[in-house]
Amino acid sequence: MITKDYTILAAQGLHARPATALIRLVKNFKSAVILQKGSKMVKLNSMLNILSMAIKGGETVTIIIEGEDEQEAAIAIDLFFTEQAKEL
Amino acid sequence: MKGIGVSPGISIGRAFVISKAATTFSGVQLTTNEDIAAGISKFEAAVVSASAEIEAIKMDLNLTLSADELNILEIQVELINDPQIKDDVVEKIETDKKTPGDALLEVIANLVTVFEEMDDEYMSARSADIRDAGARILKYLQNIPPPVIPTFNGDVIIIADDISPSETMTMDLQHVRGFATRAGSKTSHTAIIAKAKGIPAVVACGDDVMMAVEGDLIVLDGATGFIHINPDESALNDYKLKRDALASETEKLKGLKDVPSITTDGVSVHLEVNISGIDDMLLGFENGGEGVGLLRTELLFMNRDSFPTEDEQFEFYKSIALQSKNNPVIVRTIDIGGDKQLSYFNIDAELNPFLGYRAIRICLDRPEIFITQLKAILRASVFGKLKIMFPMIANVQEIRAAKKLLEQAKYELTIQNISFNANIKVGIMIEIPSAAVTADILAKEVDFFSIGTNDLCQYTLAVDRMNEKISHLYDTYNPGVLRLIGNVIEQGAKNNIPVGMCGEVAGDPLATLLLLGMGLKEFSMGPAAIPVIKKIIISNSETKAKQVFSTVMQMDNSTDILAYLRQVTT
Repeated sequence: MITKDYTILAAQGLHARPATALIRLVKNFKSAVILQKGSKMVKLNSMLNILSMAIKGGETVTIIIEGEDEQEAAIAIDLFFTEQAKEL
Repeated sequence: MKGIGVSPGISIGRAFVISKAATTFSGVQLTTNEDIAAGISKFEAAVVSASAEIEAIKMDLNLTLSADELNILEIQVELINDPQIKDDVVEKIETDKKTPGDALLEVIANLVTVFEEMDDEYMSARSADIRDAGARILKYLQNIPPPVIPTFNGDVIIIADDISPSETMTMDLQHVRGFATRAGSKTSHTAIIAKAKGIPAVVACGDDVMMAVEGDLIVLDGATGFIHINPDESALNDYKLKRDALASETEKLKGLKDVPSITTDGVSVHLEVNISGIDDMLLGFENGGEGVGLLRTELLFMNRDSFPTEDEQFEFYKSIALQSKNNPVIVRTIDIGGDKQLSYFNIDAELNPFLGYRAIRICLDRPEIFITQLKAILRASVFGKLKIMFPMIANVQEIRAAKKLLEQAKYELTIQNISFNANIKVGIMIEIPSAAVTADILAKEVDFFSIGTNDLCQYTLAVDRMNEKISHLYDTYNPGVLRLIGNVIEQGAKNNIPVGMCGEVAGDPLATLLLLGMGLKEFSMGPAAIPVIKKIIISNSETKAKQVFSTVMQMDNSTDILAYLRQVTT
């Protein structure tokens, strides 16, 4: 299991557009990916669940990855939060 | 009737009302296990068909979709296929024995309520996306005939409950002169699409707007949000005049975008934009701005619960630098205190916050905050033409202290082996009267000045600009204020450093000739003001501006000055 914290860089927060990109990214891997903010946890496969957490810019979230390809998934998700998410 | 104006402009046209067939619960209970299994597969098939419908819109070569529209469609695809919606619907079919249509209606209705109640404007506007996704699936469950794409005879104003993305995208927008919707908000689709297409729109008009029937004459003002159904003759004429004036003005000003801002006698003037983020900057460039005269950094520090880290700040400055098209960008270091407080940085209550602990005074007192920001700006300086500006400078010691901390920030980056522009230009805001009076002294310490007229005016006249009781005393055209501005520009020229202005006055058309006559060459203002100021610059000469300046300097009060400026500004 891999656990990592990320600060949301996009000023508007984790909105529908980055959420779409994130869900599609996670679909490429077999591992289960969980998004956690505070005490709330959701699977990273549902746009509704992500939006319902109302994650704002500057807030910190935790990503939990578990599965056979968790290493690869972690690298891709890392890139997403540190680089790609800013463009979205 | 009044709603929220989300896309400016005045429209006059005949109403075209889109009313949605009400979707109702059947109340039917499923009885057999076969019915339940059939219900679930019927739902799954509807999801597939609904996704296919969107893919078809995406692939339709007859529609030219903007990036915004494609994004909306992608989000629709995700919502239609959302596993949470599917789980909830399947559960209602299995456990509560509901028909797939009823199950979906219930799930969507619950979700819409949850999102509508979120206290985040963006999130509550997403309830419309969810409703749209639900309606799209439902269509295939209830075998509702696909909506006929409306055809318009002549120019129309669309009246609807809300307009879904598929409707706006497949609509023949050529004949659409405006949108008026019962529901919606600043961030709903109608707003996004209308703005992108330049069609005036008013949302959140309430139930009254649905009183309009097809063919009614509608007048809509997308700037103020006013809507009139069948207005009387005189109101209609007023709006027609307003619409035509607005249209010809925007057309003329739009044409100025690529016209260089040079006076009729060949003096080149730099028009720049005041910004808080990328959106303002791009809008400013679109309007003909050639740089950023003021990047406020306070927004980066507000609406959060701790100071932004060096990396977070760096990313922000870097994104601005990267999109600045190699135009100069003046980054003002943080200007908190006064009327701008941070929830996580407690400043004791003060009797006179504007005269108190704020801006550079905080930065010099708390160097760790200041150095973090300076390092972030320095790191971003390799990605564009960034300059640093210190606000609220009152004397030469403050400049020297701030520059010393800048040197320390540079030193720290050097030993960390991080690259930056070592020759970054350093300037100050001139907004305290002592700085304006001693411009000759301060000019020797810095690379540029920028005059902040809002604070300069309130400090010079001893008028708190937040106090409404004395707002009539806040007078930028007071001869004392004008003399201070004139002195700063003159001393800048004598000492060979550029002088800009980033206060309200720079975007005030009445002040343009006067400032030009004083010798100001860099005007920085809100994005919307640029075309208006440019028009004055290119229609006048510096010679005339100099005469205006000398005439104004012989007048003893602002009433006469303003009357004169109104008369000479063309």
